[in-house]
Amino acid sequence: MRSRSVIAGLAVAAGSLAGALHFRNRAQRRRERIELYFGDGSMVSLSSGQPGADRLLAHARELFAATR
Amino acid sequence: MGAVPVGGREVLASALMPPAAQALTDMIEISAQIQAAVVFDREATVLASTLPDERARLLATSALGLLRAAEEARPDEETGFAQLDAALRDGYVFLVADGDHAIAATTGPEPTVGLVFYDLKRCLDGLGEEPAPPPEKPRRPPVKRTAARTKKTDDAKS
Repeated sequence: MRSRSVIAGLAVAAGSLAGALHFRNRAQRRRERIELYFGDGSMVSLSSGQPGADRLLAHARELFAATR
Repeated sequence: MGAVPVGGREVLASALMPPAAQALTDMIEISAQIQAAVVFDREATVLASTLPDERARLLATSALGLLRAAEEARPDEETGFAQLDAALRDGYVFLVADGDHAIAATTGPEPTVGLVFYDLKRCLDGLGEEPAPPPEKPRRPPVKRTAARTKKTDDAKS
């Protein structure tokens, strides 16, 4: 009886963890970001809130809105 | 600007640069992911676009602002800005620059980023190409005219 409740508890914990990871990944994907690629092959990825990102994202949003 | 319908979308071409319209038309034909695009120069002059005049100008102006802001990130010409993609809530913005010309495009959420960049670069490369001349019609050898058969008088008699 006790072992069954332990298994059930583990299953619930594993499910909660999987759900939390899924939602975290989804939230990260939905987070606005901009990736700049340079002539030497390097790349800089900036997420909203990081220094320099907000200005670029504001321009990108303006551009996107111009197509709507 | 003249309009060319391409698969439900229209490409509006400036008379300033016919290869831009051709390159954009070719790109729109093969890329279903791109929703709107504009080819422009460093004075925000629209060379070709999938949007009507006024919106194309607005798009080019916004895109030039984004291009300038991105170039400020690293002002060196050789190792400077080449391209960018921005993931927004409702979709993606792409921008590719090459010398005096640039192309900006928008897609829906979760596009195939590499493929979109490839299509945009090909479109920009196409600006330098001369439009292909119409294929020459193969010349047929002159037809020999043979005299019309006349019935021999002997045949007529028999």
